[in-house]
Amino acid sequence: MNPLLKVQSISKSFGDLAANSEISFEVNKGEVLAILGENGAGKTTLMNILFGHYMPDNGQIYFKNNPIKFGNTRHTISLGVGMVHQHFTLADNLSVLENIIIGQKSLFSFSLSKKTALDKLNSLIEKFSLPIDPDAMVSDLSVSQKQRLEILKTLYKDCELLILDEPTAALTPQETEGLFKTIKNMVNQGLSVILISHKLNEVLSVSDRIIVLRNGKKVGEKKTANADYKSIASMIVGKEISYPKKIKSKPNREVLRLEMVSYKSDHDLDVKINNLNLKLYGGEIIGIAGVAGNGQQSLAKLLTGHLKPTEGKIFINQNEVIDSSPKNFMNQKVAYIPEDRNKDGLVGDMSIWENIIMTETDSIKIFNQLGFINSKNSHDQALSICKTNDVRLQKIDQPARLLSGGNVQKLLIGKWLYRKPQIIIACQPTRGLDEGAIAAVHRMILDARKDGNGVIIIGEDLDELLSLSDKICVMYNGHLSKPLDTLKTDKLTIGMLMSGKGF
Amino acid sequence: MINFRLEERENKSLRRQIISPFLAVFVALIISSLFILLAGVSPIDSFKELFIGSFGSRNAIAETLSRATPMILTGLAASIAFKARFWNIGAEGQLYAGALAVTFFGTGLVELPSFIMIPFLFLVGALAGGLLLLPLVLLKNYYKVDEVVTTLLTNFIVVLLVSYLLEGPWKDPMSLGWPQGASVIDQGVLPQILSRTRLHLGFIFSIFFAILIWIIISKHLIGYQIKAVGFNPSAANHSGVPVLKTIFIVALLSGGMAGMAGVTETAGLKGYLTLDLSPGFGYAGIAVAMLAALHPLGVIASGIFLASIYVGADAMSRSMNVPTYLADVIVAITVLCVLVSLIINQYKFRFLEQNK
Repeated sequence: MNPLLKVQSISKSFGDLAANSEISFEVNKGEVLAILGENGAGKTTLMNILFGHYMPDNGQIYFKNNPIKFGNTRHTISLGVGMVHQHFTLADNLSVLENIIIGQKSLFSFSLSKKTALDKLNSLIEKFSLPIDPDAMVSDLSVSQKQRLEILKTLYKDCELLILDEPTAALTPQETEGLFKTIKNMVNQGLSVILISHKLNEVLSVSDRIIVLRNGKKVGEKKTANADYKSIASMIVGKEISYPKKIKSKPNREVLRLEMVSYKSDHDLDVKINNLNLKLYGGEIIGIAGVAGNGQQSLAKLLTGHLKPTEGKIFINQNEVIDSSPKNFMNQKVAYIPEDRNKDGLVGDMSIWENIIMTETDSIKIFNQLGFINSKNSHDQALSICKTNDVRLQKIDQPARLLSGGNVQKLLIGKWLYRKPQIIIACQPTRGLDEGAIAAVHRMILDARKDGNGVIIIGEDLDELLSLSDKICVMYNGHLSKPLDTLKTDKLTIGMLMSGKGF
Repeated sequence: MINFRLEERENKSLRRQIISPFLAVFVALIISSLFILLAGVSPIDSFKELFIGSFGSRNAIAETLSRATPMILTGLAASIAFKARFWNIGAEGQLYAGALAVTFFGTGLVELPSFIMIPFLFLVGALAGGLLLLPLVLLKNYYKVDEVVTTLLTNFIVVLLVSYLLEGPWKDPMSLGWPQGASVIDQGVLPQILSRTRLHLGFIFSIFFAILIWIIISKHLIGYQIKAVGFNPSAANHSGVPVLKTIFIVALLSGGMAGMAGVTETAGLKGYLTLDLSPGFGYAGIAVAMLAALHPLGVIASGIFLASIYVGADAMSRSMNVPTYLADVIVAITVLCVLVSLIINQYKFRFLEQNK
């Protein structure tokens, strides 16, 4: 049998960096192929070549024995390849059906034959059991519904090979299950799927075959049936990953206390918070679980001075916080690892060392009494922080945006830990990172706990929260549950709370 | 059809960065010569006249440098503001605000010895320009009113205010009916620095401020925070950089530089405030800043270069009998070419094979 997609020794370099070198693989009809690799291993470049965004230096790709014309997205789509990007490409102000037919018709055709489009959409909804209301506005859809719409969009264009880029990044465990059912359903109907993901557990449960990329090369290929977590993980990183062990720690004194903290605002981005009570001790980790959008963002902002509580009190080291400003919280030794590290953590167009000294504006060593930058001390401090935390870089002067996700996160956590904080607020600290970087970030957090820091991790990955935290609270609709002892609870209990039962 | 795409360059060589503006200017002159040909004269002769008019004699050089003085200052105003992604299009209004301050304080209200009077006038001029921007910063911060609109519209308010004052309460009775302000007192007038020319101390001041701003931007905490806020205000805020305060400082510096351009023109070139004090120096400052890729020291070179085109074009139009508007055309084309060269510096073109 001829393979559906045949990739033949694709190479692509950016300057000295070989993003892809001699990559070959095949996808058969009715198969789920997972492509795994660290950030920067070449997955995205490969998909961009396949999808016509980049030109390869070398190699050829065949789809149903037709050579793909490079640099021509339209042609790739017309052959029957569809891609759902991590960040959706939907028009929020249009309905589901309008989003489906957008771009299908010439601008100069007078009628949008909605009737035929609707019939085709309905038949697809039926065939692949992807329920969605064709008349709903996209802005009203949830994340998983939007993803469903993206998948329907590609199916509408008669795609036979669907590429899913990090499809579960923003889904709850239940929604992820639903997506995997859809994938299996599609495969049973003869479609093929390429799944790009970081989450090894999920890949192992849904794929048929796995290929692993590392440093732009294909380093391994395995049938999923013969693969296990550990061997694939070390294949991705290229060496054995040592996962940090959580050792017992004794919570000592209270570092942070919330008393009946509420936040209300007309601003729709910040979900309101109702009467939160929470105590955090030094040397303990509290995990805050919950489906995204239930007030976790507002809580993180309240705990770091980016929002001011409308009611209630926040105590740091038993002292009430009066001045709610990020700077004051910083001075009170609160460190904040924001969820979106590229938007809120990093000034990508400034150099690595300039990013590292951004929290050090009060340090006489870095900025002298007259406010002039001490270039040598800044460089030395930045280099030592990068070295301690294994931030891999070419030059300390390079723009920070050239760092990979894992290195950015190590840099951010490292620069905050350098300030010897007492309280660390970390939002989704390992989101989108590869296994090696995840292990490094976990080790940094656990070390901080060992040093007596109180840590709050706000996250959606239950496995991670259960493995790191001493206690877990669940947020639902602006309320916070009582803390549960991690050793005495399980995913099921937490999942119930996440869906609002028990509040 | 030629099929190409842009790809980001990995290595940005210093050599290319230095050569490219010169190349851009060269290309701009070639394109400009098409328009000169349209006017029916020889481009080579015209450019020769233009060059002689701007650099050909002691007096021409002095004219060029005195024209460059306010353009360097408004260029600095634009480059500081743009570095912080604060789009101050209001340098023209801030220039007139500075000129108003000079007229208010410098025509007899305050009398100080010269070596204090001159710095004092620069200070009040800078404050007037800077303070004019502050309410606009508040509007942007609290009500999200776009500063492009507010700064631009403020220009008209200030210019009309000047017009009102010069036609009415501030009109100099000695001016034989012309709408102009009273003369700046002798202690406040910026002295000549080249005898028998109009080149005055303001030019030295503008160079001094360019160097000062360069030091602030590249070596000082303030410049560091300005850059951080400009590139990513959210990340700067998360790292404890006071974003609003930084924008205030930017506004004071930027408006201050433009206000001082008003000082050099009122107390230096003319000696009194007129309605045509600035032939659009505030707007030209944007071109100066873009041409210098927002680098404060580059602003000196680009300010002198653009001033030389304006001054030289006057001479060119007299001797070749072509319109002086050609100067505006040449400046506009030059800025466009430099912007394109900045893109070429950042990206490379990659031509694709023709698809069959």
